[in-house]
Amino acid sequence: MKRLVGIVAPLALIAVLLGAWEAACRILAIPAYFLPPPSAVAAALVAEAATLTRSALNTLAMAMAALALAAVAALGLALVSAFSFTVERAVRPLALALQVTPMIAVAPLVAIWAGVAHPERAVVALASLAAFFPIFSGALTGLQSADRDLHRLFALYGASRRQTLFRLRVPASAPFVVEGLRVAAGLAVIGAVVAEFVAGSGAAQGLAWRILEAGNRLQTARMLAAIVALALLAGLLHLGFTLVERRFFGRWLENKHALGVD
Amino acid sequence: MAAVAALNAVEVDYPGPKSGRWRALGPFDLVLNAGETVSLVGPSGCGKSTALRLLAGLEAPTRGEVVRAAGRGETALVFQSPTLAPWLDAAANVALPLELAGVGKAAARRRAIEALARVGLAEAASSAPRALSGGMAMRVSLARALVTEPRLLLLDEPFAALDETVRRRLADDMLALVAELGCAACFVTHNVEEAVYVGSRVVVMTPSPGRTAYETAVTAPLPRPAGFRATPLFRDTAETVSARLAQAMEGASA
Repeated sequence: MKRLVGIVAPLALIAVLLGAWEAACRILAIPAYFLPPPSAVAAALVAEAATLTRSALNTLAMAMAALALAAVAALGLALVSAFSFTVERAVRPLALALQVTPMIAVAPLVAIWAGVAHPERAVVALASLAAFFPIFSGALTGLQSADRDLHRLFALYGASRRQTLFRLRVPASAPFVVEGLRVAAGLAVIGAVVAEFVAGSGAAQGLAWRILEAGNRLQTARMLAAIVALALLAGLLHLGFTLVERRFFGRWLENKHALGVD
Repeated sequence: MAAVAALNAVEVDYPGPKSGRWRALGPFDLVLNAGETVSLVGPSGCGKSTALRLLAGLEAPTRGEVVRAAGRGETALVFQSPTLAPWLDAAANVALPLELAGVGKAAARRRAIEALARVGLAEAASSAPRALSGGMAMRVSLARALVTEPRLLLLDEPFAALDETVRRRLADDMLALVAELGCAACFVTHNVEEAVYVGSRVVVMTPSPGRTAYETAVTAPLPRPAGFRATPLFRDTAETVSARLAQAMEGASA
């Protein structure tokens, strides 16, 4: 019953809002360039389906390339930090500075470095900057999350630092890394869109390009259709990572309490 | 009897609030001989677990001396919770100490399965920790402690989270395994009856900082004969230990 409510309630709210929006547009005769009715957005979605899908795949490809780059850098750095307290202390403030600096402020700089001829490089670079911190922070937290008594056992059995890292700390960090990747995937999409706004598109035009292009032509329904496609893309990515998390780590995490190994 | 480990007038201080330090344990003396199980009983926070960590060599005393004839690889520790790695199956958890000591994977797993069989869990070798009941998980933990055939077995309230029937059965199994190995065991608990049942000696500790308030020998064979809990020896010793524990606690609060 709760599950049914969880599905029906948000759908009902969306239906009510869309209905109100449609009615308002018709009754108040709002101009289509200002606010097109949802029916017009739906029509644009259908008409532009092929282009939007192509652009969504381009954005997805760049976000995933960025996620992979960020994961390699963040996991590598987290591993080195786990080995050395000095490195961890040295890296943390820099990683934090990277996280709190607004990406949009850095974007023009990265666009210059990437070169006018290679805007897609700027997009990938900026998206990986956006994705870096949650993975790094998740991995670092995860590497420090192993049970204290398990650490004592490893010490008792004379485990080397390498053994403790790879046989205790790394496996214990896995659920945290997946959680970090889930958050980072969303940020990578946001990063890819913001970067495309600033650095522009190369041959591979992403959803940001579609939004800008429609906006410049005052084709607001197409603009909204591209935004809907973007929201769908981000939603599907989030769902994918949540499913992976549940499939592999759900019961493991649930049982941490039962076993007292939290 | 040969001493496997001993604490000689050890004291442990921890940093307290502000710049002060507080005494967690001692001065405290304890000798563990091969083939005997010593029960440490005392109120929460009296330093029982600290004493165990000293014996394990995981912590150093602030003052006093720890003598350890059993090396690190010959010492095993069982905690209050089973402390199993959730990413390993039962046999891999048991094999862990062997693998860390450099035993090959296949040989370690074979010995782990034998150890699981000794605690009655041969069929659970491939089970994930999450699939085990509390009692089964604690048996896996016991198998992991015994797989290296330790000379010194340290148990920190291992059965505290289990129900009465399970803890009684596990206590008997533990005593049988300890007797089979001939190792020295130190069993920390705050359950007086359990302390008397498993201990060939029972040491009552004072509240923090823990010192010896009373010590007595329980002169019945280990593992305990059937019906031991109904004997006058068991009941009288438990009464005395209980009274001495109450006395120690009153003395501290007076």
